[in-house]
Amino acid sequence: MNREEVTDFIYDEAWMLDEGQFHEWLDLWLPDAVYWMPLNWNQQDPVNETSLLYEDNFMLRLRIERLHGARTFSQKPKSRCHHVLNRPRILELAEDSAKVVTKMHYVETRLDEQQMLALTVTHDLKATPDGIRIAGKRVDILNCDAAFGNIQLLP
Amino acid sequence: MTDAALRDRIDALIRPQQVHRDVYTSPEVYQLEMKHLFPNAWVYIGHESQTPNKGDYITAQIGDQPLLMVRHTDNEIHVLYNRCPHKGTKIVIDKAGNTGKFFRCPYHAWSFKTDGCLLAIPLKKGYEGTGLEETEAAKGLAPVGDMKNYRGFVFARLAKEGISFEDFFGDSLSSLDNMVDRSPQGTLTIAGAPLRYMHKCNWKMLVENQTDTCHPMVAHESSAGTAVKIWEEMDKPEGTPKPPAMEIIAPFMSPYEFFENMGIRTWPNGHGHTGVHHSIHSDYSAIPGYYDAMVEAYGEERTQEILGENRHNTVYFPNIMIKGPIQQLRNFIPLGPDKTLVESWIFALDGAPSELTARTAMYNRMINAPTSMVGHDDLEMYERAQEGLMSDGLEWVNIQRLYEDGEDFTETAELNGTTERQMRNQFDAWKRFMLGGAA
Repeated sequence: MNREEVTDFIYDEAWMLDEGQFHEWLDLWLPDAVYWMPLNWNQQDPVNETSLLYEDNFMLRLRIERLHGARTFSQKPKSRCHHVLNRPRILELAEDSAKVVTKMHYVETRLDEQQMLALTVTHDLKATPDGIRIAGKRVDILNCDAAFGNIQLLP
Repeated sequence: MTDAALRDRIDALIRPQQVHRDVYTSPEVYQLEMKHLFPNAWVYIGHESQTPNKGDYITAQIGDQPLLMVRHTDNEIHVLYNRCPHKGTKIVIDKAGNTGKFFRCPYHAWSFKTDGCLLAIPLKKGYEGTGLEETEAAKGLAPVGDMKNYRGFVFARLAKEGISFEDFFGDSLSSLDNMVDRSPQGTLTIAGAPLRYMHKCNWKMLVENQTDTCHPMVAHESSAGTAVKIWEEMDKPEGTPKPPAMEIIAPFMSPYEFFENMGIRTWPNGHGHTGVHHSIHSDYSAIPGYYDAMVEAYGEERTQEILGENRHNTVYFPNIMIKGPIQQLRNFIPLGPDKTLVESWIFALDGAPSELTARTAMYNRMINAPTSMVGHDDLEMYERAQEGLMSDGLEWVNIQRLYEDGEDFTETAELNGTTERQMRNQFDAWKRFMLGGAA
């Protein structure tokens, strides 16, 4: 892995979400990877306290399948999302792994509503014969302890 | 509004099998709830484990009244109005903190002991001869009408006079008891921060949904139904155990018969629960070490009695729900006729393996988070209803499933699990507590 490949990967992943390419997005994940969105600022324990998300491959797959379901009422009509990325900051870089933190602004819209979230996204990446894959992702929302309405897509 | 006018207004809204949409949509009715219903009822404030040390406090509310709960120097918990008696400034505004031995108002430094009593006023000579000691301000932070710490759960009634805690809750306390008894030590501790989920709908829709057993297999087909389908289609060796996520979500797709047979029990004063015989929590796998810890604490027979109760949702009127088998509490906090904040808290069972807390944390985020696939469809239904109720095509909301003539809500009843009797029970209590709480 080099810096350019890592940076491109971060931008491409966000692009896939914005374009609604959810099945392709799911293929970016290693089977044992977990997507964590803490509920509390600087939360350390994802297991014995509540988080907003702490989802393995089964749950992420369910999430994606549900978005395409015929009776997914909260997605009739569908939401759209939009990520704006700051330049990814590479914290660790090795031949087959990297740790990257990226500040993002995330916009999600449905019907006449639109919300914006400020994110700090930490990726653990691994090199595989098929390309770079996600080994873990942590999304810290700046106001994670605020009361939200529905956040339906993937910040 | 005179008492007679209030009675006429309230009576006109509630019929045995239906309620007028104004109970969900009218700003005037909402203001009446704030003025009458919430002050006359016993309302949940918080759990004692949120204030373990002297001087620890949390902020809370009953209806639209800002409150604080604090542990005093003698270790007793007090519930006080969160308002400086001087100019009205809120004394504390963070969700939780420690104030030390006294509160100090940040505006003019009036200070108060942690039982609310006025401690000191700077430049006090300016009040000499003005009769300050005869004012309400000199009494300090006003206490609520009455409060009760029941096995760690703190409730309060704002009204100075009214129904006692014991009379208000009666036998319904058996659900809280079961939740606490599930700890080998008989105590619970709050685990982490609550989910905070904003709903653009009336608070009562959320409370009613807690015992609405005819919606899961419909509204949640997209999440629970899809989970079952993915699991069935997965290429997996014979006998592969269900992942914990499946244990939690799949029962939402149970057929109508499952919910009919689980039963509903209603108690006087608007309390009630689903899951008299079994529930969606009945078939969770055993956590190693837990049963043994329970037997050591309670003996075999009592342990089986405690763990044999698998009540689903217990509604404590007016606005909380608890799940005993997984130690969850949801607080439906009214913020306006069409605005409700839902806080979903979880508890650890003291003396039990942490895997139980982990499962409850998973349940909380999977089902009740603003990011939850299950919560999304619930919120969608509430908000569509809030908008749909503005329709003048029909002004009444139907709550008559399994209605029986002459229902007596002063009696405890056990019925088919799909009855809407608990919703009718809530509106019977709603009407009475809007009018002062008398039977």
